Amino acid sequence: MLRHLLIEVERLDFIRCENLTHIYNQGMENEYKALDNVSLSIKEGEFVTILGTNGSGKSTLAKHFNALLQPASGKCFVGGRDTSDEKLLWDIRQQIGMVFQNPDNQIIAAIVEDDVAFGPENIGMKPSLIKEHVASALAAVDMEDYRSFAPHLLSGGQKQRIAIAGAIAMNPQCLVLDEPTAMLDPQGRLEVMSTVKQLNHDHSITIINITHFMDEAALADRVIVMDKGKVVKEGTPREIFSDAISMKRMGLDVPVVAEVAFRLKDRGENIPEGIMTTEELVNALCQ
Amino acid sequence: MLTEMTLGQFMPGASLLHRMDPRVKIILLFLYVVAIFLMDGHGSYALMTAVTLGLILMSGLSVIMILKSVRPIMWIILFTFIIHLFSTPGEEIAKILAFTMTWEGLDRGFLISLRLILLITASSLLMYTTSPLALTDALEDILKPLKKVGFPAHELAMMMTIALRFIPTLIEETDKIMKAQQCRGTDFSSGSLIRRAKMLVPILVPLFISAFRRADDLAIAMEARCYRGGTGRTRMKRLKVGKLDYYCIACFAVLLSGLAALTYLGI
Ligand SMILES: Nc1ncnc2c1ncn2[C@@H]1O[C@H](COP(=O)(O)OP(=O)(O)OP(=O)(O)O)[C@@H](O)[C@H]1O
Ligand SMILES: [Mg+2]
Repeated sequence: MLRHLLIEVERLDFIRCENLTHIYNQGMENEYKALDNVSLSIKEGEFVTILGTNGSGKSTLAKHFNALLQPASGKCFVGGRDTSDEKLLWDIRQQIGMVFQNPDNQIIAAIVEDDVAFGPENIGMKPSLIKEHVASALAAVDMEDYRSFAPHLLSGGQKQRIAIAGAIAMNPQCLVLDEPTAMLDPQGRLEVMSTVKQLNHDHSITIINITHFMDEAALADRVIVMDKGKVVKEGTPREIFSDAISMKRMGLDVPVVAEVAFRLKDRGENIPEGIMTTEELVNALCQ
Repeated sequence: MLTEMTLGQFMPGASLLHRMDPRVKIILLFLYVVAIFLMDGHGSYALMTAVTLGLILMSGLSVIMILKSVRPIMWIILFTFIIHLFSTPGEEIAKILAFTMTWEGLDRGFLISLRLILLITASSLLMYTTSPLALTDALEDILKPLKKVGFPAHELAMMMTIALRFIPTLIEETDKIMKAQQCRGTDFSSGSLIRRAKMLVPILVPLFISAFRRADDLAIAMEARCYRGGTGRTRMKRLKVGKLDYYCIACFAVLLSGLAALTYLGI
C-alpha cells in the first residue's frame, strides 16, 4: 500500500501548462481568444479525457502539446521541455503522437506500412530500426495482417488504428487523440477505444483523448472539462458525472446510467453518489 | 464503378523485370529509347523487335495486354505511316490523285511505325512491372543530383506519393457528390456539350473545397509526425542495386554494342 502510494507520488508531470493563453488572429479585428489562462498538468501514464462543447478550445489546447501552435502568453512544458523553444521542437513532436478526427486526411502513403513508416523516416531512424518499429506498431494496434493494404480499402476503424500505429511508431510517450472516433460507427469506435485503452495499459503510454462521447470519457482516469477557453472542472469520471446539473448547464451530457441515477435521486430514491455502470445502478436499486 | 479503377497499370509479379531496381529500369529504358532513335537499318530493327518481344515474354504479362497500350496512339502511327508512304521519293507502286506511293516510302513508313510501337511497348513494360511507389522513389533518387541546382526532387516525389494516396479518395468523393447532385435532380447524361460542361460546376466546386480542406488537415498531420522536408529523412525501403541489376546492365551493354556494330556495317 505504502509502496503504491510512493509510486503515485513519484509519477511525474509529463505535460504541464501554466497560464496558457492562445489568441487566434492576434492584432487583427477578428481576434479571438480560444484559450484563456489554462493551467493543468497531466501525469506520466495517465489516461485523461478532455470534454467540452464545440468551440471550447479543446483542439487548440491539443495543438499546444505538440508545438503545432505557440502560446500567446503562458507556457507549456512537455517532459520538462518548453514548447516555445524551437530547438526542442522535433524532440517534442517525437514524444507526442497525434491522431486527428478524419482518418482519411492523416494517412500519407498509398500502402499501410509505408504510412506507418512515415514518422520514423522523418526523424531519421535507421532502415532496420524503422522496420522493427513499424512491425511492433502494427502489432500493437492489431493490424499486422494489413501491412501491404491500400488504406482506402480499409474500414474507418481500421484506418484510425493505422493512424494510431503511425503515431506510436515514433515511440512517443504520449498519444493525443482529437476526437478520433467522431467519424466512426459504433463498431469502429469500440475498436479504437479498446486499442487506446490497451496502449495505455500495456505500453504505459500517456493518453489524452478529446471526445464528445460520454461513455468514452468514463474509461479515463481523469476528466477535464473545458468551456469557453477555460478549464472549468477536473476530476474522476465519477465526480464529474455525478454533477449532472452543471454538466447540462454547459451543454454537455452525462452517460445514460449516470443520468438515470441522477433523475431517480432527484425523485427522492435512496441512491448513492457517483453511479457509473449498469451493475452499480442495479445493485443500488435492488438492495 | 469509378471507385474500382486501378491506379496506374502496375501488375504485381515476380519476374526478372519486376525484381530489377526501378532506377536501373528507368535509366536502361532511357538509353533504350535513345538507341531506338539513333538506330537505322533493317538488322537493327529486327534485333530490337526481337529483344522487346523477349522482354515481354520474360515479364510474364500477356503480349496482347502490352500491345493494347499502343491503341491510344494508333491514329498517330497510321498517320505517320501514310505520310512516309506518300512523301518518300523512289520507285512508284501506285498513284492516287497527285500523290505517289513508293516502295521506299512503304519501307520507311513501316520502320518508323515500328519504332513508335517499340517505344510505347517498352515504356509500358516499365509501368506494368514497377509499382507507382517504386517509380516515385526511383525518380527522387535519380533526380537527387539536380537538387544542387535547386531542383525540388524530394518535394516532387512527395507530391506524387500524396497524389497516389489521394486519387482513390477523391474519385470516391466525386462519385458521392455526383450521386448527391443526382438526388437533387441534376441530369449529367443528356443535353448539349456546353450544357454538360456546365453540369461539371456543381461537381467541381464542392470537390475543390473538400480537397483544400483535406490538404490543410494533411499538412498539420504531416507536421505532427515530424515532417520537415527531405533533409535528414531516411527511408524504410532502401533501393538497392543487386547482382541481378548488374547482369541486366551487362546484357544491355552487349545489346548496345551489337546495335552499334549493325549500324556501322549499315545492316
Ligand atoms: N485557425 C483559426 N483561426 C481563427 N479562429 C479559430 C481557428 N481555429 C479555431 N478557431 C476558433 O477557436 C475556438 C476554439 O476552437 P477549437 O477548434 O479549439 O474548439 P474545439 O473545442 O476543438 O471544438 P470542436 O468540438 O468543434 O472540435 C473556436 O471558436 C474557433 O472558431
Ligand atoms: Mg476540435
